Amino acid sequence: MQNRAKFGVGIGVILASMAFMAWLGYGESKTYYHTIAEYQGLQGSSRQHRMRLAGTVVPGTIKHSAGHIDFVLEEEGKTLPVSYIGTDPLPDTFIDKSQALVEGRPGSDGLFVAEHVQAKCASKYEAAPGGDKPAPVNTQTSSR
Amino acid sequence: MDVFGSFSLLLAFVCAVYAFVAGIVAIKTRHPLLIKSARQAGIATCALIFVGTFSLIYLLFTDNFSVAYVVSHSNRDLSSFYKVAALWAGQEGSLLFWSFLLSIYVISVLIAYRNKNGELMPYVGVILAGVQIFFLTLNNFVESPFKALGAMQANGTIDLLTRQDGNGLNPLLQYPEMVIHPPNLYSGYTGFTIPFAFALAALLARYPGEKWIHLTRKWTMIAWCFQSVGILLGAHWAYAVLGWGGYWGWDPVENASLLPWLTGTAFLHSVMMQEKRGMMKVWNVWLVFSTFLLCIMGTFLTRSGVVSSVHAFANSQIGPWFVSFMALILVVCTVAYVKNRDYLASENQLDSIVSRESSFLFNNLLFLVACIAVLSGTLFPVFSEALSGSRISVGAPFFNKVMIPIGLAILFLTGVGPLLAWRKTSQESLKRNFGWPLVISLAVGASFWMVGYRHLYSDLSFVLCAFVAWTIFLEFWRGGKVLSARTGMGMVMSMHELAMRNTRRYGGYLVHFGMVLIFIGLAGAAFNKDVQKSMNLGDSLVIGPYKLVLQSGDTKAEANYTAQRMILEVLKNDKQIMMLYPEKRNFQANQESGTMVSIYSSLKEDLYVVYAGQDPDTNLPVIHAYLNPLVKWVWLGGVIVVFGTLLALMPNRRVALALQATPETAPTASAVRQGLQPSIPLREGHD
Repeated sequence: MQNRAKFGVGIGVILASMAFMAWLGYGESKTYYHTIAEYQGLQGSSRQHRMRLAGTVVPGTIKHSAGHIDFVLEEEGKTLPVSYIGTDPLPDTFIDKSQALVEGRPGSDGLFVAEHVQAKCASKYEAAPGGDKPAPVNTQTSSR
Repeated sequence: MDVFGSFSLLLAFVCAVYAFVAGIVAIKTRHPLLIKSARQAGIATCALIFVGTFSLIYLLFTDNFSVAYVVSHSNRDLSSFYKVAALWAGQEGSLLFWSFLLSIYVISVLIAYRNKNGELMPYVGVILAGVQIFFLTLNNFVESPFKALGAMQANGTIDLLTRQDGNGLNPLLQYPEMVIHPPNLYSGYTGFTIPFAFALAALLARYPGEKWIHLTRKWTMIAWCFQSVGILLGAHWAYAVLGWGGYWGWDPVENASLLPWLTGTAFLHSVMMQEKRGMMKVWNVWLVFSTFLLCIMGTFLTRSGVVSSVHAFANSQIGPWFVSFMALILVVCTVAYVKNRDYLASENQLDSIVSRESSFLFNNLLFLVACIAVLSGTLFPVFSEALSGSRISVGAPFFNKVMIPIGLAILFLTGVGPLLAWRKTSQESLKRNFGWPLVISLAVGASFWMVGYRHLYSDLSFVLCAFVAWTIFLEFWRGGKVLSARTGMGMVMSMHELAMRNTRRYGGYLVHFGMVLIFIGLAGAAFNKDVQKSMNLGDSLVIGPYKLVLQSGDTKAEANYTAQRMILEVLKNDKQIMMLYPEKRNFQANQESGTMVSIYSSLKEDLYVVYAGQDPDTNLPVIHAYLNPLVKWVWLGGVIVVFGTLLALMPNRRVALALQATPETAPTASAVRQGLQPSIPLREGHD
């Protein structure tokens, strides 16, 4: 075989196998981002996807129960009840009014079942005019 | 001091614009005084950026709470150590820090080469000034760190304010490594500007030969070393502070730091093809261009929050600026390439698939595929939203599926590549070089399997690590033997002498050995375990060979935070080995909490213990323990990589020294080299 052809085959094999692995990994881990309003409008098979939703934790809604923690997220007037079933404790930044990002799948009765929760601290100080806001902090739970 | 700092940055901007414009005119007119004037403006720009940066540090150290940035990122009780870290804790400060580190490189280059490479340097000066103008624009007009704190009054006027205290530093940053990780990573990002400037300058000036590669070699290696250390320190920080038991989560900002490292590593290898055989010239130039673009993109991803991430501290307005700057660089590089591409014609063809050239080609291909995979995975939400309207992200399984096989293939080439001859390798040489390493590595793999470490990728990694380590050892051993026979020195001294005579080659092997250790550590991750338990005083938790007994808990008040601490006794085979103290810290200034992980680390495994808060039902403390095998090898490997790079940066020791010692037997440098490698006519350069 010509050298050029040998290199072509070698490169082709590497690219094809990597593309295949990427496709497998994509199928396994793809997650859709939705707003709460979009989520509530989802129909049929698109409700089966793994997804991420963001919102502000409604004050007073965090309820600890055995095996899960329930809370309500709010975004642009729409609310979403969430049940967190992950094993890791929630991040330190997860408190009332914090901005949270939940990842999981829709459960029954409109409840969203989250396996991961990330929380970003709401600014504790009002932005000073002419100044800037304190840097918000992101932390996350994960079972990686 | 804020006005002083602000003014010096403005003046730096003016100087940079002058250096840029005067430099272009100087290239056209070739007027020596104008060339000198442009260079001096470049030096002045750097000096003024230093003044601006030190002004901000001074404001942080003197608790000047009339400056918005100081209020947002510092407080009175913050220790001096972390007041330095406040410099890069926020958007404005970290962009100034970028300019500052870039200026250290720029001023070094401008001064070191002031009387050399007269044809090339005016171009280099213009390109560097162009990059500085971009960052100074952000520092002055978009994200100024010197904004005063003010309050809008009812009549529309703004009153200046001074606060009694600041909001404090982000708790995640109050960890010793956070004081050294960002400077390292940023030194890597900024450092790649220098090879970029030289590559583009050489292309624009049609500068003859491979001289730009020789000139930028050490700059590239310095940047690469900083980038490597920065990535590892970041991983170690995540491991010790975030408390999820791992050190790499394919977070967008981690990925952003890996991207230029991948192309930079590819570049460090492919330049050898150009030096030795005059091949891959176009590839090399584009690798440098891409590396620089990825550095800018890394900064953009870190700072702009375009992809939601642990690190995306702020969503700001700098996005369009960065995208425009990257587009501009791409246009400039493409135009320069199209106009001068005949200058980059290859001088040779590939001769055989079993050759050094071929190993470099596949090495580069794998690095490039890795880079594309990480880049596309990271930007997937952005692309998918633009193309299909739905924002889709991919997670760790995607990256692991692609990157683990690529990593193993690169590890294989790390062992194979250096032992293959240039042009074509004979079967006999293949047997001689690879026979023993192959046998030993398979034996290592089999023994790991026997003792219960059974995981395909991890075992493959152990096999390849043994293979590469043994081939590296053979290289040192064979070279040392030749030198020992000729000089009468002992083997250890001969191997040391050998490394000192060809620092680039043997420094490179040492870096490879460091990577082997890192891979051993990465392979250990397949065997991680974890246990979580709500514990009463006296309760115990068992993980692997360890038993953790909760002895007590206490609270200790420090200047800047209050720590709630759990005190755990660690027993192994019923013998007490140590105490661990995982903590939760509550920072008074901003009412935020942080986690301090407690780790008992050995070469075999890390016992990693987190105080995960209180169980809401029982109010008992929750202890989360992880057993992570071989993690320490990752950090050890990082140290070896640094030593290897430092060795490769040292000048070669002259053989004349050896001649003086044993004049009758000392070999010449070429004799030593021919003893190590099949002699084929190659050009100047190292391997």
